[in-house]
Amino acid sequence: MGKFLVRRLVNYLVLIFLATSFAYLLAASTLNPRVNYEQLQPKPSQESIEMRLDALNLNDKTPLAQRYGTWLAGVAQADLGRTVEDKSVNEAVARKAGVTLRLIVLGTIIGCTTGVAIGAYSAVRQYKAFDKSATAAAFFVLAIPTVVIAVALQVLAAWFNRATGTQFLQYGGEYTANLDAGFWGMLLDRMQHGLLPTATLAIALFAAFSRYQRNMMLDVLNADFVRTAMAKGLTRRRALIKHALRTALIPTVTYFTFTFGILLAGTTFTEKIYGWKGMGAWVVDSIVRNDVHAVAAVSLFMAVCVMAASFLSDILYAWLDPRVRVS
Amino acid sequence: MTSTDTRTGTQTPVRENRGENTPVLEVSDLFVTFPGAAKAPDVQAVRGVGYELRSGEVLGIVGESGSGKSVSSLATMGLLPPHAEISGSVRLHGEELLGLGDQAMARKRGKAISMVFQDPLSGLTPVYTVGDQIAETVQVHNQALSKGDAAKRAVELLELVGIPNAAQRYRAFPHEFSGGMRQRVMIAIAIANDPDVIICDEPTTALDVTIQAQVLEVLKTAQRETGAAIVMITHDLGVVAGFVDRVLVMYAGRAVEVGDVDDVYYRTRMPYTMGLLGAVPRLDLEERTPLVPIKGNPPSLTALPPGCPYAPRCPLVKDACTESEPALYQVGASTHAAACIRAGEIEENAWTAADIYPLPELPEDAEAAVPRAEREVVLEVNDLIKHHPLMKGAVFKRRVGTVYAVDGITFDIRERETLGLVGESGCGKSSTLMEILSLQAPQRGTVVVLGKQAGGMNARQRFAVRRDLQVVFQDPMSSLDPRMPVFEIIAEPLRTHGHSAPSVRSRVNELLTVVGLEPAHAARYPQEFSGGQRQRIGIARALALDPKLLVLDEPVSALDVSIQAGVINLLEQLKVELGLSYLFVAHDLSVIRHIADRVAVMYLGKIVEIGDVESIYATPAHPYTQALLSAIPVPDPEKERARTHILLEGDLPSPANPPSGCSFRTRCPKFTILDPAEQEACLTTEPGLEPVAGDDQAAACHYAEARVVV
Repeated sequence: MGKFLVRRLVNYLVLIFLATSFAYLLAASTLNPRVNYEQLQPKPSQESIEMRLDALNLNDKTPLAQRYGTWLAGVAQADLGRTVEDKSVNEAVARKAGVTLRLIVLGTIIGCTTGVAIGAYSAVRQYKAFDKSATAAAFFVLAIPTVVIAVALQVLAAWFNRATGTQFLQYGGEYTANLDAGFWGMLLDRMQHGLLPTATLAIALFAAFSRYQRNMMLDVLNADFVRTAMAKGLTRRRALIKHALRTALIPTVTYFTFTFGILLAGTTFTEKIYGWKGMGAWVVDSIVRNDVHAVAAVSLFMAVCVMAASFLSDILYAWLDPRVRVS
Repeated sequence: MTSTDTRTGTQTPVRENRGENTPVLEVSDLFVTFPGAAKAPDVQAVRGVGYELRSGEVLGIVGESGSGKSVSSLATMGLLPPHAEISGSVRLHGEELLGLGDQAMARKRGKAISMVFQDPLSGLTPVYTVGDQIAETVQVHNQALSKGDAAKRAVELLELVGIPNAAQRYRAFPHEFSGGMRQRVMIAIAIANDPDVIICDEPTTALDVTIQAQVLEVLKTAQRETGAAIVMITHDLGVVAGFVDRVLVMYAGRAVEVGDVDDVYYRTRMPYTMGLLGAVPRLDLEERTPLVPIKGNPPSLTALPPGCPYAPRCPLVKDACTESEPALYQVGASTHAAACIRAGEIEENAWTAADIYPLPELPEDAEAAVPRAEREVVLEVNDLIKHHPLMKGAVFKRRVGTVYAVDGITFDIRERETLGLVGESGCGKSSTLMEILSLQAPQRGTVVVLGKQAGGMNARQRFAVRRDLQVVFQDPMSSLDPRMPVFEIIAEPLRTHGHSAPSVRSRVNELLTVVGLEPAHAARYPQEFSGGQRQRIGIARALALDPKLLVLDEPVSALDVSIQAGVINLLEQLKVELGLSYLFVAHDLSVIRHIADRVAVMYLGKIVEIGDVESIYATPAHPYTQALLSAIPVPDPEKERARTHILLEGDLPSPANPPSGCSFRTRCPKFTILDPAEQEACLTTEPGLEPVAGDDQAAACHYAEARVVV
């Protein structure tokens, strides 16, 4: 089992390297940082622009392969390079990664668990009122892009705040700047800010997971082993939770890997719309600013996240399914 | 609705006086209806079943698929889906179970009344260890018990059902166990809390015969240990004969005959039971008479006609039969009852199945007299092997072993001859078939079909040989294209081989008549036919091109007994009329005895014994053949009770890792009684097929010795 995981880990490292390299090459060949300097008022001299670009390893007159080599050598020493404004990319990543991770982790946990719970219960109540309304809700959400969900939630929150005459639901930034309210006050403030963006991600995940879990659950609902469990003396409810749901969770874990990429895309919009200064918002800004190294760094971060999710689901899969463990 | 409790002629329930003890389980007037969804009609799966079960008694419930035997026991256990409508009464120790809530019922299930299901492969939760699943049963009824004590009890139970190294095997997952071992685990779960009643729903149907014998032995042990009463649901009349005290025969959701096993088998009073008993091919009877075919199919449970549900298929039907449904009336012994208005007549005239059922006349084969040696060889297989490489790795595949699926087998089939190829699952009989049908050069050895060597032919010649070599598959449900009408299915081989359109039409009609179907039904689709009819369509398709050699891969194993008899009779008749040769693959040795002229017994990719049917069944010489024949229960209660079965230890070894020397030595009962010097040969040398006593019998055993086992 350990050998299996190590092998998977090596695979993932290769994939991360490839994904990041492609992202760098794409960014370096399409983005044009030179424009940033040429548009400055007053326009700097040609030599200083060249010098500046050379110093940042962004000069399009240097062959792409050479720039890539320099960048790669830096990355090998854990240096992701400098931004177009000549600031450390590493520092920016350190600051922004946490913001995105908080959002993703919370959104994923809430979205997956409610999705799995509602999906499983829908299967048990197939074609009953609960199932029908859960199905309708899931398809409604699946038909809407995350952007629209985010904006719609903002509108609803604004209406709610107006109606109640409070500022309970916050939808700008991650926290109130310069707030001094002690630990609990700060926590409450962060939760007020975090509620809507987390909900945006969770709602989209819930829709996908509830459908998938419902189907998986329906497959095992009439399985012989559930009947065996009941014949042993378990109540239907216990047999369904302990034997049916436990088995039906296995394929869902694999599904998690597939949805994770979509989730990251959703995070980009959510951060942008709710004014969170995370990796998602940063990549959008970086493309506008022709910031090659920032784009490459975000791609690296995304690749690491996706692979971490895959690795996690490998471990979960092996933990849930003994049949994989042995071989 | 007619009341259908066990009743005498005077409409008082038959009270069976077997000691003073009151019944443990009393089922009366049980009705189960599945309401049809949307506009579909309701399905009346069980229509008034009643029986009593006393402590320590074994009741057999017999019937074909769809007769309601499983549904009635699931209703007893409270395991039917909530939408099923159940009425009547199920009393356990006098306490009514129907109408109890899930909570209350859960306290009974697994404690006072437990169940063993048919398919052990899917019956255990794949993600928990077998030990934990047994311990869960113990703990759920005894919350005070600590985890450690429950585990200890689980190990005891595993030992009781004969799992070696129980303490280690406790931590095994179900997929690491073979089918037979999983069924042992299911039995351990069923007896974990010393239940008063164990319901066994076809507990051995999914298992091979040698494993079936082991599991039946475990069930007997379980009964001895718990003293529980057992309800044994099965379609196998042999299992019933040896195992049960009383029998209840079900047809179309009702009990049609009930009584002591000897009464029901020897003094049968209901034509359906008579038909069933006559339809089973017998392992123990030498003379070959046609099987009793029951015409037609079981009725649909959605729209039952008035009167006796068996009337449309009954040879004794008269007008009164279609007027009202007969109740169970006492016939003969006080405990024997049958639901037939002519039961009295049957008793007076002492009719047997052969008297009332019109037996088909099997044509005499005039050419059977020609000695075998003088007949043409249609198939010759010489030292055939089929080895599958075992690969590992996703990107860089490497060979880590070999599965010896077929490992050097030799046989031939002459004109107008049937060779039965028998063996348990995984012995390589299907692989042999596929190798022959592929007409490709084998990995080693030769296959010669009708004088043409496989592998040495070009595409044209292969095409021509396929005309003479046709196949009938096992599962008639999946081997016919559901989107093609029957006419197209049968016409396809004809068109492929360039028959003209008018000749195709007349040939298809002719074929349908030959296999006993209506040419008028040619426009229908396969799903409109029953299993037996579909297998007839499969046979018609195989016969379309007038083949000389027909390869049959378990052609009747998916069919019910009464239907199977008709198909076997048809195959026998066709063989004589059309001068066919059959290669008949089956796991059921009774069917082989009935239909085959010669038989080859396979074990782990090798033929261990081959010869003419009479010699092999009368005096098998290889210990495996002896065990195989001995393991099959005979549908004759007295005979079956008198027999001792040779029990084989353990399971079939993996064909990827066969034992050295003789591949059967790991399970061989003979090997264990040899002295070490004699064992040496078994351990080191692979025995070849050597002729034994008879003129046409050879066994691959160093110490072959003919022995009577049936």
